[in-house]
Amino acid sequence: MSKTLLEIKNLTTSFRIGEEYYAAVDDVSLNLQENEVLAIVGESGSGKSATAFSLMGLHNRAKIEGEILFKGRDIANLPASKMNKIRGNEISMIFQDPLTALNPLMEIGKQIGEVLLLHKKDMSKQERRDYSIQLLERVGLPRPERVVDQFPHELSGGMRQRVIIAIAIANKPELLIADEPTTALDVTIQAQILDLMRELKDDLNSGVILITHDLGVVAEMADRVAVMYAGQIVEIADVESLFVNPQHPYTRSLLSSVPATDFAQDRLHVIQGIVPSLKNLPREGCRFKERIPWIEDTAHEEDPQLHEISENHYVRCTCYQHFYFPEESKEEQANGVTES
Amino acid sequence: MALLKVDDLKIHFPIRGGILNRKIDEVRAVDGVSFEVKEGQTYGLVGESGSGKTTTGKAIMGLNSITDGDIYFEDAHLNAKKGKKVDVRKDVQMIFQDPYSSLNPRKRVLDIVAEPFRNYEKMSKSEEKEKVKDLLERVGISKDSLFKYPHEFSGGQRQRIGVARAIALNPKLIIADEPVSALDVSVQAQVLNFLQDIQKDLNLTLLFIAHDLGVIKHMCDRIGIMYQGRLVEEGQKEDIFNNPQHIYTKRLVAAIPDVDPRRREEHQRFRAQVKEEYQQSFYDYFDENGMAHELRSISDTHKVALPERG
Repeated sequence: MSKTLLEIKNLTTSFRIGEEYYAAVDDVSLNLQENEVLAIVGESGSGKSATAFSLMGLHNRAKIEGEILFKGRDIANLPASKMNKIRGNEISMIFQDPLTALNPLMEIGKQIGEVLLLHKKDMSKQERRDYSIQLLERVGLPRPERVVDQFPHELSGGMRQRVIIAIAIANKPELLIADEPTTALDVTIQAQILDLMRELKDDLNSGVILITHDLGVVAEMADRVAVMYAGQIVEIADVESLFVNPQHPYTRSLLSSVPATDFAQDRLHVIQGIVPSLKNLPREGCRFKERIPWIEDTAHEEDPQLHEISENHYVRCTCYQHFYFPEESKEEQANGVTES
Repeated sequence: MALLKVDDLKIHFPIRGGILNRKIDEVRAVDGVSFEVKEGQTYGLVGESGSGKTTTGKAIMGLNSITDGDIYFEDAHLNAKKGKKVDVRKDVQMIFQDPYSSLNPRKRVLDIVAEPFRNYEKMSKSEEKEKVKDLLERVGISKDSLFKYPHEFSGGQRQRIGVARAIALNPKLIIADEPVSALDVSVQAQVLNFLQDIQKDLNLTLLFIAHDLGVIKHMCDRIGIMYQGRLVEEGQKEDIFNNPQHIYTKRLVAAIPDVDPRRREEHQRFRAQVKEEYQQSFYDYFDENGMAHELRSISDTHKVALPERG
């Protein structure tokens, strides 16, 4: 039925600070099927964007190890000349900030035309223009024949993001990487853009990697979710299991720090400490350990691995079995377990 | 008793052009906004970008010139044209959105936090230092940080330094303009909890400006929804979220992502339904220029901008 589009095996992306390399993405393995939305969630510094940029080959001077198999072909460390044939064609990206991703000095039509010029060499100028108008219409922009001659500053944020999406889908990519596609937008616009992305994904039957820190967006869009912390995947599951039955302490902490939609809750959970910087990442043992100091050391694994706790639900380290929130006493936790 | 009263506030910005740079048009950023904030209350102003919520906040701070309307703070008329101008800047303080640009990178924490009382109170160097230490302790920043610079702190810590500066003069009202929208969720939780604590401890009144309805729902007692410079609905938190009346409010509430993936389809259907209603009945809720009508009370606490009947 659905086939595997992308397989990432043991991806490690390291950046040089001073004399040494530090891994921002550390041994990440993922796969993505056609027409599937995989969300990668985490805070700033968790390595989620670094993962996406590695897939697109957009890192300058980073050391990339491991394999990135796109339709069976390894595209990690591909030379720029070969990568350019794939980028914007079979794999394309939607960026966070539509204002900086567009060239302010170029008409919208020309910016869309650029990707066509690169990948569809037989198109004439007029054809490119007509196709650009079609694309703008496809992403729901009113009066596309006018927008095509406008400059980015003449459009609103939501319209610009639609233009970015039009550019991204110009060559009907099989893999779409969306890096915080709605973070810069208002909620009503966000809802529209998410609807649009869902629709396009079904049309093109493409796989989507959605990078975001907004758990609401994840709950709305994703089929599967990978939670990243300090460069590693700490939990990966289908969207329902992850939200209904989260296991890893980091996932649980994140979920309980979001203001919920009911009125009952009056205190939000706060994760102790701060996200460690790349240089100070704990490289040994459970990386989340220092942020849950009330959990005994023995609860953690020495070299934490991903464990499959139910079908396709993986959790790193054993500390999830012993985790409780400091707000609730240990006994309550124990009772809760026996009840359920 | 209302601590802050905004009455028919209008702020129009001129658009200049032509050879003599004359005023050729104006932007009506805020166009007739009235609301009251009671002491100890948290009032949330919500709206999308361009709705005029920040402009309103800035006008209360005296950072924008007011075209028309009045602002009263504890019965003092803030924008009186005649007579003495009341200086309430000690009592009204602001917390800004971006903790990275709202702290001067070349000043030490001591100088940043001490700046308000250097302006308003005469203190010796040692008194000043003690006071700053107190304030830092209150916001949970280590006392050794006095001589550090902003870049040495994380986003959440910086936002707390911003709060320390805002509470330095024991203000009565704090205007928080999108105080958490630049922060990660876990840090956001930290700052929100902390704002609630500080509010309780110091009996502060908060005017909370944000676009994130989840945050607003968590923090506020009373909420005003702004659209294109006017309020379209105002009420207690429960009124707005459980019984939204205006189509724009409904649309905003429907647009909040649901964090339960099991309700995804149901939520999408609901949203599509609201969207359709919005398109069909837009002119039932807005006048021919697309502007909101005047607010009318529909219960003791709940006001909606609906057209006159008949």
